[in-house]
Amino acid sequence: MASVGSATQDSVNSAFSQQRLRQRTLRSVLQAAWKLRMSVIGGVILLILVFIAAAAPILSPYTPEEGRTVDRLQPPIWQGGSWSHPLGTDGIGRDYATRLMYGTRIALAVGLLATLLSGAIGIALGVMAGFFGGRIDAIISTLVNVMMTFPFILLALAVISVLGASFTNVVLVLGIGAWPIYTRVVKFEVERIKSLDYIHAGRVLGVSNLRLMARHIMPNLVNAIIVIGTVQVARLIISEAFLSFLGLGIQPPTPSWGYMLQESQAFMFSWSDIWLPTLPGLAIFITALSINFVGDGLRDLMDPHQRASL
Amino acid sequence: MGAYVMHRVIQMLIAVFGISVIVFIITNMIGDPVNVLLPPETPYEQREIFREEMGFNRPLYIQYADFLSSAVRGDFGNSFRTERSALSLVMERMPATLLLTVAGTILATVIAIPMGILSAYKRYTIWDNLSTLFVVAGQAMPIFWLGLMLIIVFGVNLKWLPPSGYGEMGIDRLKHLILPTVVLGVFLAPVTERLVRSGMLDALTQDYVRTARAKGLSERVVLSRHAFRNTMIPVITVLGLQFGQLLGGAVITESVFAWPGVGLLAIDSIRNADFPVTQAAVVTLAIIISLVNLSVDILVGFIDPRLRQ
Repeated sequence: MASVGSATQDSVNSAFSQQRLRQRTLRSVLQAAWKLRMSVIGGVILLILVFIAAAAPILSPYTPEEGRTVDRLQPPIWQGGSWSHPLGTDGIGRDYATRLMYGTRIALAVGLLATLLSGAIGIALGVMAGFFGGRIDAIISTLVNVMMTFPFILLALAVISVLGASFTNVVLVLGIGAWPIYTRVVKFEVERIKSLDYIHAGRVLGVSNLRLMARHIMPNLVNAIIVIGTVQVARLIISEAFLSFLGLGIQPPTPSWGYMLQESQAFMFSWSDIWLPTLPGLAIFITALSINFVGDGLRDLMDPHQRASL
Repeated sequence: MGAYVMHRVIQMLIAVFGISVIVFIITNMIGDPVNVLLPPETPYEQREIFREEMGFNRPLYIQYADFLSSAVRGDFGNSFRTERSALSLVMERMPATLLLTVAGTILATVIAIPMGILSAYKRYTIWDNLSTLFVVAGQAMPIFWLGLMLIIVFGVNLKWLPPSGYGEMGIDRLKHLILPTVVLGVFLAPVTERLVRSGMLDALTQDYVRTARAKGLSERVVLSRHAFRNTMIPVITVLGLQFGQLLGGAVITESVFAWPGVGLLAIDSIRNADFPVTQAAVVTLAIIISLVNLSVDILVGFIDPRLRQ
């Protein structure tokens, strides 16, 4: 009897021994990382991009806006170029790698700022519509319908041509255009949460509307919002690139990937220049892809039930 | 049902009205129409006389009321550039947009439906992972860049296909259609694939699928007749409601390939401050999108009475 007891005790002890526990934790972390491997890779690439954006002036000896015409159209390294311009130079002799690196700054900045702006507008309107209901909901929902009905890109183009193309205006237009997606999700969530007991309890206790919204409803929305917001950053980076591609976004000589694509169209008639339009597009694609992978992982981690619906 | 339809029609009218207000305000802010219409060397007095004649000096809301009352009769005024009726310019471009949208939708469906079914049926296998990869990559793809690369590779350098434009009626038109269709298809396929996949995943766990299998039906019949048919309703609904997104993709595609559709016309008119054309294009697109949304809603409400509330 005693021996059986001690054997059990032993196995319990060993099962919970520090080392086993550590191994288990390590294994479960590794397992989670393996499951989310694409997101981990996306996250690493994203960190590299952020580093490039932040450290562009240190990483490159050139400026993105000036070039020497004698250096124009030097080929990249794999087409026999020299290491002084590893990705070659563009039509007016500016170092292509430098322009791409500085372009990362523009893309990430526009994507992030426009997402923050649209998120703030969309969440505020969504909480109001869901919380107050009635006429406020009707007005906001109609506005959402109007905005969602219409191709966002046309509206953005029209507004940009009114305001004039500039960094600030691009952020404003994308931010003001992209809010309805948050409003829709937030509104439904708020309507659901509003009917839960703890909100009723809060009301009975005399908690103010503002406090109910800010302290008791908002925290429940954070996960869903982060998941949408991440993917939105990628979408808005692509939208900015398109506006700039049309010449209605970031203005030259500031290096934006979209405008670099626009400029590269002048060199589309020979195979040997094909890297000029390839690289900025790849930069947009890789950035958006890594952000989307991170978004996927966040959805798995934070919002498991949404995964089934997507 | 009648009340439901009425309710939806009123919602649609409000949406179209809202868009007409937005577009009217924006276009009137783009620039002074007098500057667009008169040569730059016109003296100030003549400008003001012209402004008064055209009614551009009246308050904006009166101009809007005027605009609206003509617009409902199909009169958006004449293009500032070509002096032709703005609406007829838009209508001339409509077939090109329609052709592109239909072709893009067909391609997207042909890619997305088999992929979605396979992905759901062989969940968590290599097939599912591959199609997920396609979806994620497709959603991260800047389609205007994809279009540009296709033009450079297949149009300009290999010369297999025409790089841009609309071509002549017939085989030539089809050749011109191929690259833009690929671009629009890539834009639309990922969303469609996800809808089919999640619909199929849902359907495959349903009792009627188990019953069908228990009856000894072949997997092919179970998948195609029982699971897939039930999936199509939500797929069509969501796609119908996202018709505006599809047209947004068409606008981008048209601008890259110089495809002479309504989207390209709208972009050109915005750039040239040709307001009547912008207004006509935007309002027409809004009406078409709203009509598609409305018919999807009514159709679905008709099929499934639970959705009428």
